[in-house]
Amino acid sequence: MTGETSLLRRGGVFAATLAVTAAFVLFPLVFSNPTTTSIAFFVLIYMIAATAWNVFSGLSGYIALGHAVFFGAGAYTLAVGAEKLNVSAGWTPFALVPLAGIVAGAIAIPFGLISLRTRRHTFVVITIAIFFIFQTLAFNLSFTGGSSGLQTPFPLWTAVGYNQRFYYVALVVLVATVAMAVVVRRSRLGLQLLAIRDDEDRALGLGVRTSRVKLFAFTLSAIPVGMAGAVYAYFLGQIFPQFAFDPLFDITIALMAFFGGLATVVGPLLGALVLESMQQEFTLRFSAGGGIYLIAYGALFLVVILVMPRGVVPTLRDALANARERRAGSPGPGVRVHAPLRSRP
Amino acid sequence: MTALLEIEDVHKAFGGLQALAGASLAVEEGAIAGLIGPNGSGKTTLFNVVTGYERPDRGVVRLQGESIAGLSPDRVFARGLGRTFQLSRIFGRLTVLENMLVATQRRQTWLRGVLRHAGSAAERARALELLEFVGIAELAALPAGNLSYGQRKLLELAYVLVADPDVLLLDEPAGGVNPTLVNQIADRIRELNRSGKTFLVVEHDLGFVMDLCVPVTVLDQGMALCTGMPEEVRRDPAVLDAYLGGADEDEVEGAAEAVR
Repeated sequence: MTGETSLLRRGGVFAATLAVTAAFVLFPLVFSNPTTTSIAFFVLIYMIAATAWNVFSGLSGYIALGHAVFFGAGAYTLAVGAEKLNVSAGWTPFALVPLAGIVAGAIAIPFGLISLRTRRHTFVVITIAIFFIFQTLAFNLSFTGGSSGLQTPFPLWTAVGYNQRFYYVALVVLVATVAMAVVVRRSRLGLQLLAIRDDEDRALGLGVRTSRVKLFAFTLSAIPVGMAGAVYAYFLGQIFPQFAFDPLFDITIALMAFFGGLATVVGPLLGALVLESMQQEFTLRFSAGGGIYLIAYGALFLVVILVMPRGVVPTLRDALANARERRAGSPGPGVRVHAPLRSRP
Repeated sequence: MTALLEIEDVHKAFGGLQALAGASLAVEEGAIAGLIGPNGSGKTTLFNVVTGYERPDRGVVRLQGESIAGLSPDRVFARGLGRTFQLSRIFGRLTVLENMLVATQRRQTWLRGVLRHAGSAAERARALELLEFVGIAELAALPAGNLSYGQRKLLELAYVLVADPDVLLLDEPAGGVNPTLVNQIADRIRELNRSGKTFLVVEHDLGFVMDLCVPVTVLDQGMALCTGMPEEVRRDPAVLDAYLGGADEDEVEGAAEAVR
């Protein structure tokens, strides 16, 4: 690739990023219907969680199914914090969102120290087990309010304004999370995580301090999930242990990242957009049959796994690259299966 | 004691199997030492112990006079001892160039590890230079998983060189590689050796070892049987017995042919 085309492409990526960001900013102003903005808000929450999850699991290949712990911890940080500090409703409770991120990150350290001693299937099982420990704690500790849950402050905003405010707060967290994902992806840390995914022991033998790298990335990926949990809890107005610590959340964010493509920046965003809006739409339309969306979900999933097992984004990207090469008529050194370090988010 | 790498009385058992039973070996600075021995004699286990992948039950491993036994592989590598594996282990889904950048040694804080780009211009240039040296620079942008078996061996040699180690342990560098490439690999090893690198080479291809290595050590049942010039080792009756005794006729003839 010549410098000129690379510059051109970088310009294209920049323009696309700008256009997408503008669309995100304008969306709730154009479609201000509260039903729509509420769906959009949930999509953003899942975009944050799936992107953050991908920073650790997508790059390292360690499939963590316990990120709901961080989501729940963030939710409870906001609810408990608002209660103990007597925070009044309005903008102030959002000040607890960064704290929720810190709490999630602090929990991720012992969580990671224990679970990251294992690999592959064992790691998956351990993360699930740790998740259930936290869910049980939320049901039984005194400060969580047990099974009756906790109320968060309720701001007196109009339905339209309520959703818009929450949407923009979530958007700020999302932009920060995506920025982190892009930076990690291009960094030395990102390369080391990808090396761990391909052959952890070999990476260790080449001087990669694998334990630290994994723990660091695991902690990084927990922080935005905790922040998303806090915003989510405030939006709902009350939280219960089974919704804050929801096993389906673990699976959902992993599936979103798989759907879009692991280890890509756009993949989890696309996955969250498609799957979460679909789920919300189905739930609204068939309120009686809550199971219908699960069937549609599963069917869509099977199709994606059959047609493009690596996820939508990598498959499309390679198809585009191949088409471009064919058009250029350059035989090239071979079929490019995958070009990980390219700065194409 | 001028040996760069010293291995003394190393023991390692896996359950009831005594893989190493008091192996001792010294590699002088600037040597291309060879290590041969029948299957199961403990060659790879010895490599694993020296490079930190296995912890010895007993014994001493010293690099430049300092004990490295029991250090983790990343620390051993940081001390200047690199290795390749018998079955090449590369990062299949990374490009060849990215494989090289993984091995770049850079001490830095966590934050800088996140904020800095995966490879600086200087590191990329150095990586390409080494790929040029082993002869696969034109493959730099390909996923490493697309490389042939021999090319993987070359990549493995190249990325170990990224960190500029003093000693290289090569586990069967010529195994399963076509004869042209075998010569290419041997040439690269000689060239690196002239520039000051020390080697310890495990190889089944006796011709390769006898041409390249001085001295040659024979390992049998977890112990060093003898060490000497290739011709001496070749004539040592104990070696012939270890190598040839107990094997079936075809193998005996094949081995004897190779030794001659």
